[in-house]
Amino acid sequence: MDLFEYQARDLFENYGVPVLQGRIADTPEEAEAAAAAIGGTVVVKAQVKTGGRGKAGGVKVAHSPQEAKEKAEEILGLDIKGHVVKRVMIAQGAKIAQEFYFSVLLDRSNRTFLSLCSVEGGMEIEQLAVERPEALARIPVSAVSGIDKAKAVEITKAGGFPDELVDAVSDVIVKLYEVFEKEDATLVEVNPLVLTEDGQILALDGKVTLDENADFRHERDQMERDALDPLEAKAKAMDLNYVKLDGEVGIIGNGAGLVMSTLDVVAYAGESHGGVKPANFLDIGGGASAEVMAAGLDVILNDPQVKSVFVNVFGGITACDAVANGIVGALNTLGSKASKPLVVRLDGNNVDEGRTILKEFNHPLVALADTMDGGASTAAELANR
Amino acid sequence: MAIFLNSDSRIIVQGMTGAEGMKHTQRMLAGGSNIVGGVNPRKAGETVEVEGKSLPVFGTVQEAMAETGANVSVIFVPPAFAKAAIIEAIDAEIPLAVAITEGIPVHDSASAWAYNVEKGLKTRLIGPNCPGIISPGQSNAGITPWNITGQGPIGLVSKSGTLTYQMMFELRDIGFTTGIGIGGDPVIGTTHIDALEAFENDPETKAIVLIGEIGGDSEEKAAEYISKHVTKPVVAYVAGFTAPEGKTMGHAGAIVSGSAGTAQAKKEAFEAVGVKVGKTPSETASLMRDIIANL
Repeated sequence: MDLFEYQARDLFENYGVPVLQGRIADTPEEAEAAAAAIGGTVVVKAQVKTGGRGKAGGVKVAHSPQEAKEKAEEILGLDIKGHVVKRVMIAQGAKIAQEFYFSVLLDRSNRTFLSLCSVEGGMEIEQLAVERPEALARIPVSAVSGIDKAKAVEITKAGGFPDELVDAVSDVIVKLYEVFEKEDATLVEVNPLVLTEDGQILALDGKVTLDENADFRHERDQMERDALDPLEAKAKAMDLNYVKLDGEVGIIGNGAGLVMSTLDVVAYAGESHGGVKPANFLDIGGGASAEVMAAGLDVILNDPQVKSVFVNVFGGITACDAVANGIVGALNTLGSKASKPLVVRLDGNNVDEGRTILKEFNHPLVALADTMDGGASTAAELANR
Repeated sequence: MAIFLNSDSRIIVQGMTGAEGMKHTQRMLAGGSNIVGGVNPRKAGETVEVEGKSLPVFGTVQEAMAETGANVSVIFVPPAFAKAAIIEAIDAEIPLAVAITEGIPVHDSASAWAYNVEKGLKTRLIGPNCPGIISPGQSNAGITPWNITGQGPIGLVSKSGTLTYQMMFELRDIGFTTGIGIGGDPVIGTTHIDALEAFENDPETKAIVLIGEIGGDSEEKAAEYISKHVTKPVVAYVAGFTAPEGKTMGHAGAIVSGSAGTAQAKKEAFEAVGVKVGKTPSETASLMRDIIANL
């Protein structure tokens, strides 16, 4: 989960990372009040999770509360790369002498943590990495020992900081690592980290990504999250692993890999059937019980874009006869709500028994498929009618 | 032969007395795995009857190994306690630890992995978030349905559980030496490359199926490894061509970030080194059939 800038700022503050004052505002009036409370020159910043806010007109300086109100009026409602601005942060202004870069992140490829540091900041890090790779230090960080003061000094020096700044910057880096570790983050990035004209080191803008697998050991319930698509919200409430896509063939399967594969196979089949595409990702898990099947079908049949549904289940631990009974149970539960054609492909243990159960059930909307590729093709054809 | 797991494997189950642990201990026993005990500090000294077998419960992995000669541990401990269970297995220097648990925070798996590296990698860790490893006809350490396939000359390594089952089922008449589900988390113990290396060195494995999915660069690295070190025929399948950028597709590690980790890039990496990539799982299985027929 990526955090909004203001959430990252608040986290930094909690861990003693030096930041400027920042207050959120959802209306121009709130922006005016926030600017008055902070005093002096402020920056009105769109809170959207995408880069290039400045170029899109989402970051503006205001010299008075009245001006902050006007700038907020301009920024709220702005569409920045498909993200509509609903909230701004009013940030205290700063006199910047120099801009730097620091981040610590999960380095999947090497199964370790990695810190990136450069005395040359102020541009997009991807750009720096391409244009001046020698200026960007890449220092591996052990997931056991982390970043202590000595390690932070090593990172700072490798990043090219002059001696007189090493102590202050490394102190901030130690605190940023604390955020990374204690908050179960997979990314903590400060760009820019700045030196002000009066000699302070400040984290001016932060990007933080949190690991949702660690939600159980944090209090994240009250955090503002990305607005979910209504169907995604419904699926989440039912504990279903669902992602809304924009096609016409609803998909249910068991196991993340098999469902991803089903989406691909349906998309290929769609190439010969008017370009229909998968409408969603929905993994009902290895067990594939009747209740979960019913809940899953319920979500998918509520998607107005869905024209047909492809149920693709491999019966392993839960053998195909149990899965078939689950589908029968689900269709009985749904009754007349089950209004779209369903192509069912079962494979695996007790596949013959499973197919027999569905044949005997003889539901007018259910068609059986022998193979995954064949089922995808039938479902795509039905969606294109 | 088989890799990492065979009929000599003596298996303990960490978290055996929990609901998942008990269910799968039963299934592993039914499939012929030699389960010799379980670990649960709160139930140490007790005995559990499973499938007509009395299994002792030990307080620690070390004790279980000393008493039973166990050389494999399968871990079913819930996410909040999984790191401690993996570390315990590493400290006991058990040769193979298979972490089935899904949903472990990545800081925990990263630090358990770093700890394993510091300790000199005496334990081969498979997973977490995986179906485990099965050497059909010999042993099954994990949750793969033991009766979906048979023994034979194919080696399989996969990020996905159900795609593993699908592939093993489609090729059940030919059969497998070993199938390894390496898991769909961002940080895992055994990689595609580790399995490729072991299959290359296993005289009974004649050909290899590799299954990948979006996220990370394990497949790209595997392709490079194949071009340099693998002489046996390999076919590959990659899932997730239609996955949108920035969305996690079920597995914590299955995410396309910006332009990194796409299925297309992985497919191209394999094809660039002469590895055929099936368009669907069934097409991949039939590519393997052709290879076996021409051996």
